[in-house]
Amino acid sequence: MSELQPFRTGDTPLPEIVILTHKLTREYDMGGEVVRALRGVSLQIKQNEYVAVMGPSGSGKSTLMNLIGCLDTPSAGEYWLNGQQVSDLNDDQLARIRNKEIGFVFQTFNLLPRATALHNVELPLIYAGVGARERRAQAARALESVGLGDRMAHRPNELSGGQRQRVAIARALVNRPSILLADEPTGNLDSATSAEIMQVFRDLHAQGQTIVMVTHEHDIAIHAARVVTLRDGVIASDQRQAA
Amino acid sequence: MRVFEAIRLALQTLRTQKLKSGFSLLGVFIGVASLIGAWSIVNGVNRYMTEKFAQTLFGVNTFQLRRRPMFTPNVPDSVWRAWARRPRIRFSDAEAVGAALTMPVITAWQSSENVSVFFGGKEARDIELTTASERYFDIKNLRLALGRAFTAQENRSGAPVAVLGAAVAKRLFVNRAPLEHSVRIGGIGYRVIGVVEEQGSILGFPLDRFVVVPALSPAQNLVNPPGILDAFLVKAQTEPDMRLAMDAAEGVMRSRRHLRPRQDDNFALDTSEGVQRFWAGISRILVVVLPGVVLISLVIGGIVIMNIMLMSVAERTREIGLRKSLGARRRDVLGQFLAESVAIATVGAAFGIVAGIGLTFLINAVSPLPASVSPVSVVLGVVMGAGVGVVAGVYPASRAARLDPIAALRQE
Repeated sequence: MSELQPFRTGDTPLPEIVILTHKLTREYDMGGEVVRALRGVSLQIKQNEYVAVMGPSGSGKSTLMNLIGCLDTPSAGEYWLNGQQVSDLNDDQLARIRNKEIGFVFQTFNLLPRATALHNVELPLIYAGVGARERRAQAARALESVGLGDRMAHRPNELSGGQRQRVAIARALVNRPSILLADEPTGNLDSATSAEIMQVFRDLHAQGQTIVMVTHEHDIAIHAARVVTLRDGVIASDQRQAA
Repeated sequence: MRVFEAIRLALQTLRTQKLKSGFSLLGVFIGVASLIGAWSIVNGVNRYMTEKFAQTLFGVNTFQLRRRPMFTPNVPDSVWRAWARRPRIRFSDAEAVGAALTMPVITAWQSSENVSVFFGGKEARDIELTTASERYFDIKNLRLALGRAFTAQENRSGAPVAVLGAAVAKRLFVNRAPLEHSVRIGGIGYRVIGVVEEQGSILGFPLDRFVVVPALSPAQNLVNPPGILDAFLVKAQTEPDMRLAMDAAEGVMRSRRHLRPRQDDNFALDTSEGVQRFWAGISRILVVVLPGVVLISLVIGGIVIMNIMLMSVAERTREIGLRKSLGARRRDVLGQFLAESVAIATVGAAFGIVAGIGLTFLINAVSPLPASVSPVSVVLGVVMGAGVGVVAGVYPASRAARLDPIAALRQE
């Protein structure tokens, strides 16, 4: 991390920095007992980086993921996303950031079971206020880009696990977000399908997409160019590796 | 998210969960159906009372001089006994009142009693025998299907001629032509000279079971003591003329009865307003009771919908979490669930309206009650249905909107 200047409170991040956390802290009150899930995480991620966040369970990686995904707000510290400080936005403003800047990919896919693949991909566009016709066209393009152009009218239960995850990836990308945030994206897939999904990620990265992926599997993390390891709520290591 | 999107999503959910939605809209369905059904009856009877009963049967701008009023709801016994002690209306009263009316009017005598009418071996029982003067048919708007009414000449001479109601003609003559045949009333033969057009029925009472004979014909002994009549009918051309005629009639009767200024009338001047007042009394009761019934079913309907919506929010927690993670704001989620609850209630109301209209036709077909759908009740049904949806949906929807996306996504 030598090429990046250290960030100090009161600074503004450099333009090429997509994600910047500064002394990020998150504490939970569990029945009177304070649990410190994150104890000051400072991290900078540049455009078109491919970062894997690793760590054993309880290390705080889910908490970090929720904070980066704007699903949660920190107890202390700063979080800058794309040059905008989001650590103290309200609920609806965060919803807007999630809609515009972040594409989520979940371990369990989280597709609406009764909706077609096309409608599932349309969802973020609905909340972005895109008109119906434009929405359908964009969703169709996103599905084609993950190789599911012929599966648009299928419901999730008519698709294989890999196909479902690709629908979810299409949904994550349809709003052209700044970051693709993947939480154990291969956790529910067999190894062949996992490799297939990792190839999709590699292609996206090659096209310029910034990707942050939370995983506890080493053979998945090796696909990333940079591995951040958390332990007990702090960064234990931050390494670049050859792709 | 636009309103249209929310509605589309709501209808989609309704379609995919038909059974559950079906149960949840039952309450509103029953509420609206009963609203429209009951309202239709009140509305129908109202119209019947004002249009057909009051105007056609009683006669427009018509009043009756009688011993006591005809339609009297809730009369105490003491009043009733006082009425029974009043002197009756005499032929001479009718003649004196008739002579005193200077405005253009038509008048008729009328007395009635239930009798049996015979022809050949057949008997028509429980027939209203009316002894009347010749203008009775004009005042009552009775048009003849066959033959003619009796003349003033026949009335004065007390000729034994009869005009039959349609039901009597049918009962006694079946398929034969009744004219010129002789029917027996009180042992005396009456030549049939006319048959009145069919009048139908009102509130279940048949209107065609009558026979009209001249007031001075022998049958007068069957209906009243000599020289007495039930009613003197006066029909004016205009409403003000009718009022003037009523004043004149009151004056004549008071002087004939030697009433002092402080004494009340001991006779009645009945108009169709009396009938309408009688009905208004009944419909007021319905207007008080009806909203109670409707309100109860709508409240139950609302509670059912609220329950179903709370279940739906609980079941779809994960979906809500997902939608929030994809950028749904609180108001988007609120709108989605509110639209769903309103859609359930409105669809229930729509079915209720259809059922209410069906009920109205059914009532018309199988019961004597006239019913007609009031447009106001349909509008009210839609508005109340949607209103119940909003009220019942607010709490579940706001719970959904406040869900924490992380916790919601984690839920299995």
